[in-house]
Amino acid sequence: MLTKRIVPCLDIKNGRTVKGVNFVDLRDAGDPVVLAKQYADLGADELVFLDIAATLENRKTMHDMVLQVAEQVNIPFTVGGGISSVADVDILLHCGADKVSINSSAVKRPELINELSEKFGSQCVVVAIDAKEVNGEWLVHLAGGTIPTDLNLFDWAKEVEKRGAGEILFTSMNHDGTKGGFANGALAQLSKLVNIPIIASGGAGTIQHFADTFIKGKADAALAASVFHFGEIAISELKKELKKQHIEVRL
Amino acid sequence: MKISIINYGAGNIKSIQFAFKRLGYNAELTNNLEEIIKADKIIFPGVGEASSAMKMLKASGLDTLIPELKQPVLGICLGMQLMCNYTEEGETNGLGIFNTNVKRFPDTVKVPHMGWNTVKNLKTDLFKNIKDNDYMYLVHSFYAEHCEQAIATSSYALEYACALRKDNFYGVQFHPEKSSIAGEKLLQNFLDL
Repeated sequence: MLTKRIVPCLDIKNGRTVKGVNFVDLRDAGDPVVLAKQYADLGADELVFLDIAATLENRKTMHDMVLQVAEQVNIPFTVGGGISSVADVDILLHCGADKVSINSSAVKRPELINELSEKFGSQCVVVAIDAKEVNGEWLVHLAGGTIPTDLNLFDWAKEVEKRGAGEILFTSMNHDGTKGGFANGALAQLSKLVNIPIIASGGAGTIQHFADTFIKGKADAALAASVFHFGEIAISELKKELKKQHIEVRL
Repeated sequence: MKISIINYGAGNIKSIQFAFKRLGYNAELTNNLEEIIKADKIIFPGVGEASSAMKMLKASGLDTLIPELKQPVLGICLGMQLMCNYTEEGETNGLGIFNTNVKRFPDTVKVPHMGWNTVKNLKTDLFKNIKDNDYMYLVHSFYAEHCEQAIATSSYALEYACALRKDNFYGVQFHPEKSSIAGEKLLQNFLDL
């Protein structure tokens, strides 16, 4: 059986993990390569690296980091942040990234999704969507959630699938950072609407939240950052509990 | 040991090179036919679209070279699919090494099939020390139909061949270079053949 995936997400700034990572057994909490390796050994199914300071000068640092992760880590990983062209993706894939994640640049120029999936295959194109429920409507937001648009989440999801996205990473801004659980209603609706995998993001606080997003939210994968980085949830225990609840996971 | 990874412009092949490096081997990326012939072990990778990949193989003469190779060859993902008779992706004939066809998953499941899935019905030394129901990482929208040459199967909507063998030719649909410890065992097994 295809398993549900557990995906730790690392925010990267100038080649280092940010948000202070405080997690048992870590020698260098700031080095993304060390952290990535540990997560892989602990049973993470995939990793996501987000370059949160994606400036031109930082790009070279990011490429070096991707190269090192690819050298040392034996599970797949996605790289996002500041990607807006075929050339950007070409370099990242050549450095060893398995997938790339695009967000604002896809909203600004949706053809980018077509270009990337035609050139590299849809399997490596993840479209990240940040959305917020405002007066009952889910609206897409840009630039890390700071700029609202009038684009409807579900319309946009359908469009990105049609244009060749291989996966959708959906972050609910209403849930992100609350540790109160994922946006399972919207996730289930998304999953029904499109026929590509959905990664749930935003709201992880407890093990049961993961179980709920797989069962109620029909998510294919669940992404979280702080609960893993701060050692609040151990991936091995999380997976054991999911298995107990009859959710297929890789143990 | 001389390991060659055929570089015909398809996808992320650095990962395969790195996986061998982690095992302690140096593998070279090459599209030089002479070098490929001299290798002890050959990896035939592939990520991307089938018909354009076939065009690249034809343009470089690899389409005639590969089926004539005598040393162990391992096709990975699209590489394995291109070693089959025919693929629905781009409606293209493959290299005809494996006697099976490649089809698209039905829309009753999410496509691509993406993530970790169990492999079973394992045969040959390629799967030595790998157990039935061990997990491998897969990303694909097309699958090889189950056939006599299958040396492993996986299930997604239906049971399909996720590894194939004919003589010195092996193919795996999953990505051993991204499949954690089980994948590393498989790559080591291939080198030990």
